[in-house]
Amino acid sequence: MQKINFKKELFKNNGHFGRYGGCFAPELLQPILKNVETVFEKFKNSEILKNEFNELLKSYAGRETPIYHAKSFSKIAGGAQIWIKREDLLHGGAHKTNNVLGQAILAREMGSKKIICETGAGQHGIATAMIGALFGFKTKVFMGAKDVERQKMNVDRMKLLGAEVIEIDAGSMSLKDAINEAMRYWVQHSHDTYYVFGTAAGPHPYPELVSYFQKVIGEEARKQILYKTGKLPKEVLAAVGGGSNAIGIFQGFLDDKNVKLTGVEPAGIGKKHGETIGRGKFGCLHGSLSKVNCSKDGQINESHSISAGLDYPGVSPIHAYLDEIGRVKFSGILDKEALETFVEFSRTEGIIPALESSHALAEAKKRAKKYKKTDILLVNLSGRGDKDLHTVFKGIND
Amino acid sequence: MNRYKKTFSKLKKENKIAFIPFWMIGDPTPIKSLKMLRILAESADILEVGFPFSDPLADGPIIQESVNKALKSRTTIKECFKIISQIRDEYPEKPIGALIYFNLILSFGVEDFFKQLKVSGIDSIIIPEVPPEEINSKIESKFSLLELSKKYDVSLVFLPSTNTLDTRLEKIIDISSGFIYAISSPTTTGGKIDFSEGIGKLITKIKNKTSIPICVGFGVSSPEDIKELKIMGVDGVIIASKIIKIYRKNGEKGVKEFVEKCKKVT
Repeated sequence: MQKINFKKELFKNNGHFGRYGGCFAPELLQPILKNVETVFEKFKNSEILKNEFNELLKSYAGRETPIYHAKSFSKIAGGAQIWIKREDLLHGGAHKTNNVLGQAILAREMGSKKIICETGAGQHGIATAMIGALFGFKTKVFMGAKDVERQKMNVDRMKLLGAEVIEIDAGSMSLKDAINEAMRYWVQHSHDTYYVFGTAAGPHPYPELVSYFQKVIGEEARKQILYKTGKLPKEVLAAVGGGSNAIGIFQGFLDDKNVKLTGVEPAGIGKKHGETIGRGKFGCLHGSLSKVNCSKDGQINESHSISAGLDYPGVSPIHAYLDEIGRVKFSGILDKEALETFVEFSRTEGIIPALESSHALAEAKKRAKKYKKTDILLVNLSGRGDKDLHTVFKGIND
Repeated sequence: MNRYKKTFSKLKKENKIAFIPFWMIGDPTPIKSLKMLRILAESADILEVGFPFSDPLADGPIIQESVNKALKSRTTIKECFKIISQIRDEYPEKPIGALIYFNLILSFGVEDFFKQLKVSGIDSIIIPEVPPEEINSKIESKFSLLELSKKYDVSLVFLPSTNTLDTRLEKIIDISSGFIYAISSPTTTGGKIDFSEGIGKLITKIKNKTSIPICVGFGVSSPEDIKELKIMGVDGVIIASKIIKIYRKNGEKGVKEFVEKCKKVT
């Protein structure tokens, strides 16, 4: 692997990451995206706005989140110590809150009165509905009909928070179709509407912007693990759907070349899956060049995962790049394995992990055996699993 | 002289503007779409076709439905090229433009795709997500898109709108060939045209800087719209969603009557 100083260089190329990234969005969106880029630059250079963001992370969202040594789960796995970063304890129940607080400030600075977003699992929808309430924005959440069905509790939460949930029954009725519709809506309403994008994908500047607001996870985790154990983990693992929680935690460790980074994609039921990096090909979807899960002809495939948050045929161009240069390795976990871990982790630790995070936990469990008892594996527990109970009990009974 | 130049200069002499109907290849089946293209070609000065792509971000619900029908009837990229070759044989002089999303091109192989465009007789291509900033980049190919467009004599068409910044507009004018596709108002295809939102200004701005023909689309839906745009000085009009709507309601016969009416007022 070539020598790269990630902290300095990863975001140096205007939204291009090797051959991935860019701003491949319809002409009508270009001026709007330029405005987002301008206000993001303003944010990065403003101590006042950054302080406001950090204060909200602290007092509204409850940062910092702890890291925790999951001793019983480690014991079952055998081998390395498995530590978890508790993003499940963040207000809203998942890491998504970090990102939306940042983007809410951008929306306000742009003078937008309304915000829109897409959501798959519903976590990003809830987070956006929360900040909509907090900042006084009118909020519309675009959600695939299939996801509305499997995440009913989250839909109710969004409505309670005052958001309007728009059910999309086009295409595969899941996340990708929600993004299509949200972007179309944005084209027509950009004069007073800001699009709160949920993951580190999409057209420039979103991959960079979302990574920026999520990097707090990795920065905290690195400090915490050093403080508590006096050393760095051997490996950091995170689930990858679009890739925002993973790029969040990885950013703390990219330049620690002895720390392995592992992205865990949903292998689904084998034939149907969401392993965009593992099994996709070079393509263009939702505004950037990245890996895409598509047919030989280039038609986007329906992805599949038991976890709605990982059910996406695209992926962050940053992950596609980090995979290509070998800095992050990717692997796949089956629905079945994630389900087993979901239950096992709940019973051994008294923590119900999100199905998304259960993929990363399952991979950590597999890998722990190869390590010594003094070695550390750090898993990003990106969210809590209450929202998944309906799916899990259905899955167990099937 | 290429087909676009010939067509536009002939129309100019006759004091006419180009009528450009659009159809999605494969809607509702490949064979029926070939029949539709023939009907359109009888009234069209230029044909605009779409290759179906599952996630047409720049298009509205009507074209999305067209795509769904085309993909349901298993319209492949190979099939699209076959149908175009057929039309090309039957109408050797008529310019044919194609709207093709980038993922289809990347999957096919970028240079191979341009080769195939040339072979099947396509004169221009719109790749809706490729911004002017990227046409000099070599994306999965030895040559940039601009180089490929020259090598295979396929014009690149871009879509400025009323909210395109002046600096971008200049760049677009600079790299456009064939014609410039001006978007009537900030909407996706099939939205309502609003003549008050500065389309006239955009046309004048472009006219002052280039002699490349300007055609207007998105929301153009009646002979009245065409008349109005002709007065504003455009060189052509593109109608897509409206034709699809008429087809769903009144079938081929309805479309035939509509496009004949449109052609008359150009």
